[in-house]
Amino acid sequence: MKILVCISNVPDTTTKIKFAEGNASVDTTGIQWVINPWDELSLTRALELKDVATNGIKSVTVVHVGPATSEPTIRKALAIGADDAIRVNAESSDAWFVASQIAEVVKNDQFDIIMCGIESSDFNGSAVGGMISEFLGIPSVSAVSGINFENGQPVLTREIDGGKEVVTVPAPFVAIIQKGIAKEPRIAAMRGIMMARSKPVKLVEPVQVEPLTQIVEFEKPKPRAACKYIDADNPAQLLDLLQNEAKVI
Amino acid sequence: MSVLVYTENWDGKFKKLSFELVSYTTGVAKMLNTTVTAVSIGKVDETELNKLGNYGANKIINISSDQLKTLDSQAYTSVISEITRKENASVVIISNNNSGKAIAPRLSVRLKAGIGSGVSRLPLNLNPFTVYKRTYSGNAFAHLVIKSDVKILTLAQNSYELIETTNNSTIENQEIKVDGSLLKTVVKDVQKQSGKILLTDADIVVSGGRGMKSPDNWPPLVELAALLGGATACSRPVSDEGWRPHEEHTGQTGKIIAPNLYIAVGISGATQHLAGISSSKYIVAINTDKDAPIFGAAQYGIIGDAMKVLPKLVEAVKEIKK
Repeated sequence: MKILVCISNVPDTTTKIKFAEGNASVDTTGIQWVINPWDELSLTRALELKDVATNGIKSVTVVHVGPATSEPTIRKALAIGADDAIRVNAESSDAWFVASQIAEVVKNDQFDIIMCGIESSDFNGSAVGGMISEFLGIPSVSAVSGINFENGQPVLTREIDGGKEVVTVPAPFVAIIQKGIAKEPRIAAMRGIMMARSKPVKLVEPVQVEPLTQIVEFEKPKPRAACKYIDADNPAQLLDLLQNEAKVI
Repeated sequence: MSVLVYTENWDGKFKKLSFELVSYTTGVAKMLNTTVTAVSIGKVDETELNKLGNYGANKIINISSDQLKTLDSQAYTSVISEITRKENASVVIISNNNSGKAIAPRLSVRLKAGIGSGVSRLPLNLNPFTVYKRTYSGNAFAHLVIKSDVKILTLAQNSYELIETTNNSTIENQEIKVDGSLLKTVVKDVQKQSGKILLTDADIVVSGGRGMKSPDNWPPLVELAALLGGATACSRPVSDEGWRPHEEHTGQTGKIIAPNLYIAVGISGATQHLAGISSSKYIVAINTDKDAPIFGAAQYGIIGDAMKVLPKLVEAVKEIKK
């Protein structure tokens, strides 16, 4: 079996987001770029599954749609343990565009399991994974919080309101990954970092696709009222405020 | 040319979020000067379906096929896309919950419809069609233009109020036979949390962090939540330590919630945790550290020891309830 993990390049969570002139885009100066947290957990799980020989996983490939400046993030994925990488040389304009590119990559290869994080921490679109599966006409399972192998076949746990379901779908399929898939993201050890330098990164030119959406402006969330402090000895006052001022209880 | 809304059901019943969706759809339909068509899939009786009419649904399409008892993303997408075409809908509205996230992207490809996900307001503009959506995990909001003829919007939970109106609806039962080859999801096991209020549905949430010091200290927190009619949640370190169940982990890679009231007890307020609660209407922080970042996000705060404050709060709530 071959696993493909889709990774996107996002600003580190603690980044203070600033906008470029006109507020139409984000100011990228000084941003620390990381692998999207859900994608990183997906990659970790894929590698954990590959570590078990009886699961029969031949390789774990990562795919990324992005310009050359994304290379460090791709190398990090290779350093963590991915066997090879594919980069589609294009700016990731919107989910439709990205999913179209990745679907094309999959069409030209053979993957059994395609893993995508349920959303990216920058755009929060929750779309790429599902779109890839529909472009390819293959099943998808969403909010997957666990993948295990039983008798050489993958078994998925998906989150539903108030519980979990254990499901199977025939491969090839897309697993849209939620938290719980792996406990901690795998860390790149020194040896991994050294080996990453010589692992193959295949460069692919994009297919012509028009994005369907476009961000025209960004806004900061409305600043909240400053915190009102209540005396620790007088919690009844808090309840009074919640009941009569905030009106939430 | 109606606006379509997919209203999921849980064991044949709708939830508050279903009525939020219909209220929102009614708002969009008014902007477009058209009607609201709700689509329900699964076994839901007439009395329950009729409730959707109380929030503005004009036509309620009932697909009660036995084949569709369990969510199969491909099959559900096929059904909803067929109805969208038949109704000639230009906008389709779905919840931004787990099943919505499973369906919307597939539907987008089927209909060649751009998606605005996690919207929290009515469209800002019709021409170009512009929506307001959450980005950067709540640190920024974007004005997103959807260029396609058909648009899909997924609505963030608890972001739109319930608006009741005169019920002017008709229920239409439709038979849709799904091609068996599309139904590929086999369910091997189901584990359900019984009884408790779902964290993602709760209007009030009381949440504990590492400042609670030990899992043995949770009883007053649990009691406070119960008295307020709310759900319990926790920060990531607490769920990693196994002090509380994983389902309670609220944060960037845990549950992202938007209750009316979020009470954070002994939680410092790391960025990843705030990403999970930033859409809460009101945040209360209880922490011994006056410099804890949580106070920057909270509207009300108590600088104090949770172990002393919680029991006092519990007593105070009991007093009010008398």
